[in-house]
Amino acid sequence: MRKNLNVIAAYSIMMALIILVGIFQSWNIALSIFNLCLISAVMTMGANIQWGYAGLINFGIMGYTALGGLAAVLISVDPVQEAWSAGGFDILMSLWLIIAMVLIIRFILKRFNKSKMRTYSIAVIIISGILLIRFSAEPGIEAIEAVNPAKTGFLGGFGLPIIFSWIVGAFFAGGLAFIIGKVALGLRADYLAIATLLISEIVIAIIKHEDWLTRGVKNVIGLKRPAPYEVDLQSTDWFINLVEKFNSGKLELISNLSDRQAALNQLVIEGSSIFVKLCYSGLFLTVVIILLILTQKALYSPWGRMMRAIRDNEEAANAMGKNVVKQHLLIFILGSAIVGIAGAMLVTQDGLFTPGSYRPMRYTFLIWVMVIVGGSGNNFGAILGGFAVWFLWIEAAPIALFLINFFTAGMSETHALKLHLIESVPYFRFLMMGLGLLLIMRYRPKGILPEKIEIK
Amino acid sequence: MDFLNALILLLNYIFIPALTYGSQLALGAIFVTLIYGILRFANFATGDMMSFGTMITVLFTWYFQSLGISLGVLPTALLAIPFGIFFMILYMLSIDKFVFKYYRTNKSPPVQLAMVSIGVMFVTQAVVRIIIGPSDQRFFDGEKFIIKAREFKEMTGFNEGLALKSTQVITVLVTIILVSLLFWFLNKTKTGKSMKAYSDNEDLALLSGIDPKKIVMITWIIAGILATIGGALYGLDKSFKPFTYFNNMLPIFAAAIVGGIGNPFGAFLGGYVIAFSEIFLTYAYKKFFMYILPESMEPESLVQLLSTDYKFAVSFSILVIVLLYRPSGIFKGKVL
Repeated sequence: MRKNLNVIAAYSIMMALIILVGIFQSWNIALSIFNLCLISAVMTMGANIQWGYAGLINFGIMGYTALGGLAAVLISVDPVQEAWSAGGFDILMSLWLIIAMVLIIRFILKRFNKSKMRTYSIAVIIISGILLIRFSAEPGIEAIEAVNPAKTGFLGGFGLPIIFSWIVGAFFAGGLAFIIGKVALGLRADYLAIATLLISEIVIAIIKHEDWLTRGVKNVIGLKRPAPYEVDLQSTDWFINLVEKFNSGKLELISNLSDRQAALNQLVIEGSSIFVKLCYSGLFLTVVIILLILTQKALYSPWGRMMRAIRDNEEAANAMGKNVVKQHLLIFILGSAIVGIAGAMLVTQDGLFTPGSYRPMRYTFLIWVMVIVGGSGNNFGAILGGFAVWFLWIEAAPIALFLINFFTAGMSETHALKLHLIESVPYFRFLMMGLGLLLIMRYRPKGILPEKIEIK
Repeated sequence: MDFLNALILLLNYIFIPALTYGSQLALGAIFVTLIYGILRFANFATGDMMSFGTMITVLFTWYFQSLGISLGVLPTALLAIPFGIFFMILYMLSIDKFVFKYYRTNKSPPVQLAMVSIGVMFVTQAVVRIIIGPSDQRFFDGEKFIIKAREFKEMTGFNEGLALKSTQVITVLVTIILVSLLFWFLNKTKTGKSMKAYSDNEDLALLSGIDPKKIVMITWIIAGILATIGGALYGLDKSFKPFTYFNNMLPIFAAAIVGGIGNPFGAFLGGYVIAFSEIFLTYAYKKFFMYILPESMEPESLVQLLSTDYKFAVSFSILVIVLLYRPSGIFKGKVL
């Protein structure tokens, strides 16, 4: 208990901050911050596994998040029958072509020794394969995109409950990580960072522009929810009774019957959106707790010890007979899969998929700030980082506004500098993130909750 | 005649734009490569540092315009660039003093410096947006075209017009002058040679009496010049928007690595490799083939290898291929 005092203190402060937002701003805002904190925590856990356990830099978090989101779309949207009959055959043909291409390349790689000839022939196969696929898929893609473009214009998905997409998203992201890991894991740390950053940009470019699969920048809206809809709740009896019971004290003060009914209606509307958010919180919290238990178990298992050994001294671990390349690939896939889950959770919560919103600032660098600030190598630290940084990211604008008003109190209301500063309030969050990161890296380089390994 | 028309078409839509874009990338790539070679970290704040320098230039341009000072046919920004460079160098030196120096003297691993540069990126981005705002700013004035497409057609009687923007000419000329000065400095002067020595082998350079403080300072000064001029030229040619500058960091990194990181000449050529391949692969060649092929063989589709949406993806794919097959870059830089 004593040892974990700082962890408990840090989490209590965090919770208290969120509750303060609930009291002073509104419970709706507090809960939406809390939900996104939970999602961020999942992302930071994924990044922490890669960076904290194994020392691998992955700046491609944005790409995995987007793939998780894509999984949510492909799982939950109903299939568009028209589009399938219009162009499904061509798409399936191209899929077969891709599989055939991969098999041929694998065969060549296995069969022949490394030589210039082999490299060139693989290049020729890839280029001609891409051209072939383009030509064969072109009519299909055009046909699919022509099917009711304002509403669908894509193949749709499988029409399953969206919850399944959390698992599928993990598989998608893990698959991408497998390919990237095979390509880039041999590189030195900062090159790995650049390479993963650029590859994630390629993934986003594909998601943005392959309209037949993702609707691209036209966005997919109105995804199915795992939680009830507010409108339904507002007309259900048990929910109205529940709200009445909760607020009975407040309602009894109002003597006028019609006034009381109006107040109740207002409370029901507020309560319904809080209830929906609470449903999400429950789901997300379950995921976070399951992942936390698993990652903690992994951290203290022989496997976790091996990963730390590899991180701290690769050559020595290699000399002890540990397969460094294989373990790096494994942990790269695991971490990315967790980020994929978070991506699917994010789209589930928003109920819409907007490829245009995936930007490296928000989905890669911010997550890294969270990991570094929270404490790399420590799961509790990573989660705390997710909470603290997301909280600051959202509350930065009100804080900045307060500070600006405080420091420019002496100026008149129409002073140009004051107006300009108030106009640029949204950008103070970047300043806070940057300064926070720089200060933490300088004065507490291991993060708020540093890595602490007990040897039993 | 048709053949010449086809050539002019390529010149107008591929060669000139790619040369301009390549020059802008090349300046940024040399900036990245110098920081990498001498200070030994990947600077993720590249794009935002460029936008900071450009911002100062834009502010001074507006100030001069309000005073009524102009260069006639040339853009006023050329007059503002030296002021931009001055403040940029001040900014970079103070960042180095307050942020990077601590990690350098502690001999932190390059990864940590890269992380720190992310912090600098956030702060710089905030400063730029707070001062000038996130939206598009145009600061170009003077004569826009040297040759207009219509005038060219009338003058020569060709079907295809050739447009030459003054910003394109300025970009290429300034780049050539700046890069030749830089290579002269690096290869011929004593300071330049000691910089190279420091980059190749730090300990040996220190032993032979090279002052590391001076080397680091000169590196930041050169970096400031390159970043401001590269950024200002890009802003003149297109327009100044902080977010685009952040995005440009990615092809700039690609150019530096493709050219062999730590090797300034490689970075210079890398910029053109990236620019030309981006534009070559995403141009629709339909009209070109209409000129050179007989009528019966004219293509029906656009004859476009990749849609223009994948412009960035092209440069990143080149980077991935280079990293796979020749990790030290095309022109032998540091081995990764």
